[in-house]
Amino acid sequence: MRAVPNPAHAEAVLEGDRLAVTLGGAWHLTQPQPAWARVRGEARPRGVVLRPGRLDRWDSSLVRFVHEVERWCREAGIPCETDALPEPVRRLAAQLAAGRQAHVPAARPGSILTTVGLAATGIWRQTREFASFVGECTLSAAGVLLRPRRFRWGDCLAEMQQCGAMAVPIVSLTSFLVGLTLAYTGAIILRQFGGDIWVADIVGLSMFREMGAVMTGIVVAGRTGAAFAAQLGNMKTGEEIDALETLGIPAVDFLVLPRLLALTLMMPLLAMYANGLGILGGMVVASRVLDIPASAYWVEMQSIIDLSDISTGVIKSVTFGVLVAVAGCLRGLQCERSAAGVGRAATSAVVTGILLIIVADAVFAVLFHVLGL
Amino acid sequence: MNGSPANGTPAIAVEGLECRYGGTTVLRDINFTVPVGELFFVIGGSGCGKTTLLRHLVGLAAPARGAVRYFGEDFTAASRAERRRLLKTFGVLYQSAALWSSMTVAENVALPLEQYAPLNRRERQEIVALKLAQVGLAGFEDYFPAELSGGMRKRAGLARALALDPRIVFFDEPSAGLDPVTSRQLDELILQIRATLGTTMVIVSHELASIYALADRVILLDREARGVIAEGRPRELAAGSPDPRVREFLTREPEKA
Repeated sequence: MRAVPNPAHAEAVLEGDRLAVTLGGAWHLTQPQPAWARVRGEARPRGVVLRPGRLDRWDSSLVRFVHEVERWCREAGIPCETDALPEPVRRLAAQLAAGRQAHVPAARPGSILTTVGLAATGIWRQTREFASFVGECTLSAAGVLLRPRRFRWGDCLAEMQQCGAMAVPIVSLTSFLVGLTLAYTGAIILRQFGGDIWVADIVGLSMFREMGAVMTGIVVAGRTGAAFAAQLGNMKTGEEIDALETLGIPAVDFLVLPRLLALTLMMPLLAMYANGLGILGGMVVASRVLDIPASAYWVEMQSIIDLSDISTGVIKSVTFGVLVAVAGCLRGLQCERSAAGVGRAATSAVVTGILLIIVADAVFAVLFHVLGL
Repeated sequence: MNGSPANGTPAIAVEGLECRYGGTTVLRDINFTVPVGELFFVIGGSGCGKTTLLRHLVGLAAPARGAVRYFGEDFTAASRAERRRLLKTFGVLYQSAALWSSMTVAENVALPLEQYAPLNRRERQEIVALKLAQVGLAGFEDYFPAELSGGMRKRAGLARALALDPRIVFFDEPSAGLDPVTSRQLDELILQIRATLGTTMVIVSHELASIYALADRVILLDREARGVIAEGRPRELAAGSPDPRVREFLTREPEKA
């Protein structure tokens, strides 16, 4: 910041019982300005007169200073004379004083009761919206079954590439590391019983029944669920979804269904792939750290895994795919029309997606136990 | 903003500016100056490069050739620190107002003050109140941009552009998306602010009503010519320009052969 050659200054002189304040210099907001408390010092005048001295360029900072002096005089109950100041300064100071008085309350809930009430009805509304959205998706899917030619297969394939093929690197890394970690953790206990070989069972069973589907689900919720919400949210902000609706094209048919189908098809593939990588991770630990030959590991694992383990994983992953896609698309369509709204929609899509995955996983655990799978 | 204007140095001087996007030259050899306190319009049909020119003037895009000077100081070749200082000499009102949606109106106007002005909280609130009163939004401090109408959002954007009392204000299509009444009110506001603060204003527009009501001088850009095809007072150009394209634009009537 460059210093001004003639900085803003205000000098106070007592003229009888009145304080005469001379304002001079260049007043600019970005430069230091005199403080009224310091200018008046200990003086207790019966009136204040403001006069321009060698006043150079001035801006709102001078107006603000004049306003402060006027307010101080009003509070002290003494007259403040500003007639000598330039007309625009007086006019702006009056505008400022009027602006400080004005207050247009925004229509927002004030009391805690209202806030709690609104939040409670909000939960009910969200549940209904979720249910009706699922209903719309079902109807729309039924429509596609009747008229498959109207389905947007091109969009669906592009989404499959986005949420399937493009997710392979991150899914590989996470599932390989999960397999590795499972093997290390299992080895801690199994070693005490001399049962190192059962690491293969632990890794295999956990990957097929739980970790493959759950880890992939969480990765996809963070990656694809957020992307769906942000994309649809942005489209809503830009009135693109309104444009579809007014053409008589339901957003669910045009935007949601291709994404839903793409993720439902890609999730089991990704989860199966994750199972493979997880088992590979376990195998690396077994052969390098526990001295179990890879062939022994493979044979042991095959002896414990059967088709029901594999199918439970596949059933879960299909369900998780549907849940993540529905959560992402719903949050996107519910998005407020602003940049902050899009951000909240993406966050909320990830949170909802992960929550639904965990809840569904627990339901499946009970269900499969009862069914003996 | 007020008091003695600088000894005849123009507020803005554009010298031999060439604007390029990727490989294509959008505008070339643009020259004009804007004296202090003038209401200067950049006009032209859609796609003629008005907004491109504005982006180059405010430093959002770097010119391929030429220079932009503010009060005699070179903005194009300025160092980082000089550039930061020169940025404070102008404010910009964007086409969609570009208010930060997660902040209230008061916070929007206060942000430039927090960044650059040595003021305490109460002093800042007073400046914010003054700016909002100036644009006719007194009392709307606590509103979020989403709670305002289009015209109010433009006003709030103008209050933010004026926050640091810049000596120049740029407007990108100020009347876009506004009804005629709101648009005329905004025009009056622009005139009033110029009268009070002596601010130099550069307005990008193709709104004929605003051009005739406000402009001291205009430059007309043309897509084929990729540059300025006319410069002067709008009424004089409409009546007496030798170029049919200029007359056609300013009178809205096709030239009769």
